[in-house]
Amino acid sequence: MSDTFEAPSISACPACIATPSAVERAQAAAAARPARIMLSVPDAHCAACISTVEGDLEAMPGINSARLNLTLRRVSVDAEAGVTAAQVIAKLATLGYPAYELDPGQLSMTETDKQGRDLLMRLGVAGFSMMNIMLLSVAVWSGATDATRDLFHLISAVIALPTVAFSGQPFFRRAWAGVKAGRLDMDFPISLAIILATGMSLFETLNGGHHAYFDAAVMLTFFLLAGRYLDFRTRAVARSAAQELAALEVPRAIRLLDGVEDNVSVADLKPGDLVLVRPGGRIPVDGVVVEGQSELDRSLLTGETLPVFAGPDLMVTAGAVNLTGPLTVRVTAAGKDTSLHRMADLVAVAENARNKYTSLADKAARMYSPVVHIVSFSAFGVWMWLTGGDVRFALNISAATLIITCPCALGLAVPAVVTAASGRLFRAGLLIKDGSALERLAEVDTVVFDKTGTLTMGTPEPQNLGALSAEDLGVAAALAQASSHPLALSLAQAARALGAIPALLEDIAEVPGHGVQAIWQGQRVRLGRANWVGAEALSVTASYLAVGPRAPRAIEFSDRLRPGAAEAVAAFQAQGKRVMLISGDVPGAVSEMAARLGITDWQAEALPQDKSAAIEALQAQGHRVLMVGDGLNDTVALTAAHVSISPASALDAARVASDIVLLGASLAPLPEAQRVSVKAVQRIRENFAISFGYNIVAVPIALVGLASPLIAALAMSVSSITVALNALRLK
Amino acid sequence: MDILAVLIPVSLLLGMGGLLAFWWTLKRGQYDDPEGDGQRILRGDYDDKPKG
Repeated sequence: MSDTFEAPSISACPACIATPSAVERAQAAAAARPARIMLSVPDAHCAACISTVEGDLEAMPGINSARLNLTLRRVSVDAEAGVTAAQVIAKLATLGYPAYELDPGQLSMTETDKQGRDLLMRLGVAGFSMMNIMLLSVAVWSGATDATRDLFHLISAVIALPTVAFSGQPFFRRAWAGVKAGRLDMDFPISLAIILATGMSLFETLNGGHHAYFDAAVMLTFFLLAGRYLDFRTRAVARSAAQELAALEVPRAIRLLDGVEDNVSVADLKPGDLVLVRPGGRIPVDGVVVEGQSELDRSLLTGETLPVFAGPDLMVTAGAVNLTGPLTVRVTAAGKDTSLHRMADLVAVAENARNKYTSLADKAARMYSPVVHIVSFSAFGVWMWLTGGDVRFALNISAATLIITCPCALGLAVPAVVTAASGRLFRAGLLIKDGSALERLAEVDTVVFDKTGTLTMGTPEPQNLGALSAEDLGVAAALAQASSHPLALSLAQAARALGAIPALLEDIAEVPGHGVQAIWQGQRVRLGRANWVGAEALSVTASYLAVGPRAPRAIEFSDRLRPGAAEAVAAFQAQGKRVMLISGDVPGAVSEMAARLGITDWQAEALPQDKSAAIEALQAQGHRVLMVGDGLNDTVALTAAHVSISPASALDAARVASDIVLLGASLAPLPEAQRVSVKAVQRIRENFAISFGYNIVAVPIALVGLASPLIAALAMSVSSITVALNALRLK
Repeated sequence: MDILAVLIPVSLLLGMGGLLAFWWTLKRGQYDDPEGDGQRILRGDYDDKPKG
């Protein structure tokens, strides 16, 4: 993995270019070839999108062709050398489509495609055989006798045998793997039924018997393969989505050795090394600041929105973002010992606890497998005894029982509903990453939100610009333009939106960690932290403006609410769910946000462990918790919760930890998703009830020896179709 | 009943034809993007670079 990610570092490491390694030469050769860029475009949904995206991309220089796949919401770009994914993403952004680069693990993706085609081919062959055998069977059912019947059975056998051998392979393989591992799952009775039915029918055909179950055996294969294919497709879409969201960040650091900068992997760092962190970079290790002044954005780590001042002797933790000035950090812990890594360990522990969840399908399979075997074998035994040792007759009954009980409907019951539900949720902008997430979401009775980045957009906006005079606003705008600090960027943008004219400044200088200063009309003007400007610090996030000797003015900032947040909270409360807000931010900011959204239950200054502890305490009381969060500090809580959702803007680690990813910016679809999941679970239960009902009627018929191939075919197709139709009712 | 000797091979051949057609569509990737293809056919602008 790491080799493929090293390409961007070449320019940062002149020595590497002087002596290119074999890997880099190979990469250079690869870069000269026309490249295929794959991007995920979650917002593409209509015919107009196809024209816009393809037309505009193809108009870009260096791009040969672009093809949008609307089903997977993915665009594949055939570009000449030199066109990068970043350029294409920027172009798509101007068109109004946010795009994410796909993991370059192309290999695994084609692997998935191949599997899908393979299953579809087997399904097609089974369908073809089923129809042909059925034509012949209809003739037998309507009264063909003697030589004609035998001939029809023989032709059916010639079609069925290769079909079963080809199309049944997925079941045989899984059953064999299960037997080797010492467990009996769904695949074993399925394989047994298919093989026994085919074998018995072949024997009957060769001996001129009355009943042949070739149609049933092939039909069974067909319906079960259909279920498998649906199941596979749902998982393939989720998996490719998880791939595209996979971490692309390279864990690299700039090590200072005798004043020489050296680009190394974080894994190579040792305690005592000096590391340079440039503004905008993420701190790769735990350590102590040795040199430099700056501000750190720890919002992803702790949930605090307010950047903190960083100067010599300050302890810093991995994951914080350096904002204004370069920092030299002495490493105290790297790699496995960093606080980030300890968090990953906590996540792993929480994950183990969650894996104990058994899905409805597993529960059904666990009950089903033993029962079917017992029923079928006891039928065999009883009929052996009743007929005084007629193996052929007893085996016939046994095969008929296996075929009739076989879980055609059971195999379709869950995949059909999950496909319908995840399709609906995908259109609503939610991506289900985990198969059982839908069922777990349905059980939720408590919703816990994170604040920063989840209920809010994570971007501060100035609140009281109107209170500034036009002059002050102009000065503030001009000063803010000179900095890349997030508060300054936001201030500059807001001032521009208000139509402020930036004042003419001289000697503009950014003082890392403090703010920006300049000379305006002979006076010194400053924009920055309270103590630097000489102001009284407020309890809310604020930047302070000092113009000459006048008293400094505070510009207050507040985080913008994520669209749909208020609606989502209100809807969850209306559904009777307990809504909580747990944040790492200061109590003032959290209580204000809670009051704004009408949440009475809130907790502030929560450490990552506190968040997961709170959730575990709730779950110990029997509550089922849905956690919605986005930061590194949420990952443990996301994993500990019964089910978790994170927005697409969240950190990789959080998205990986959560079960469902929200593709759009709005939180509004969440309550709707919960409602759909409840409905879906209801449909799954109904489907189980339907297939169970068919068995109740059909099994006694088979046991007393009255089952004919016609009854088997009818029971099988009617139950499968009912189940599929029931799944489609999902609204 | 002699007609069966003709009709059965004919029906099997027709079925085979269907299976081959299915195999061909599968190879050509016609099931990769059912939703997109459904929308594409309704577009106003002419698709001068159809897939394939």
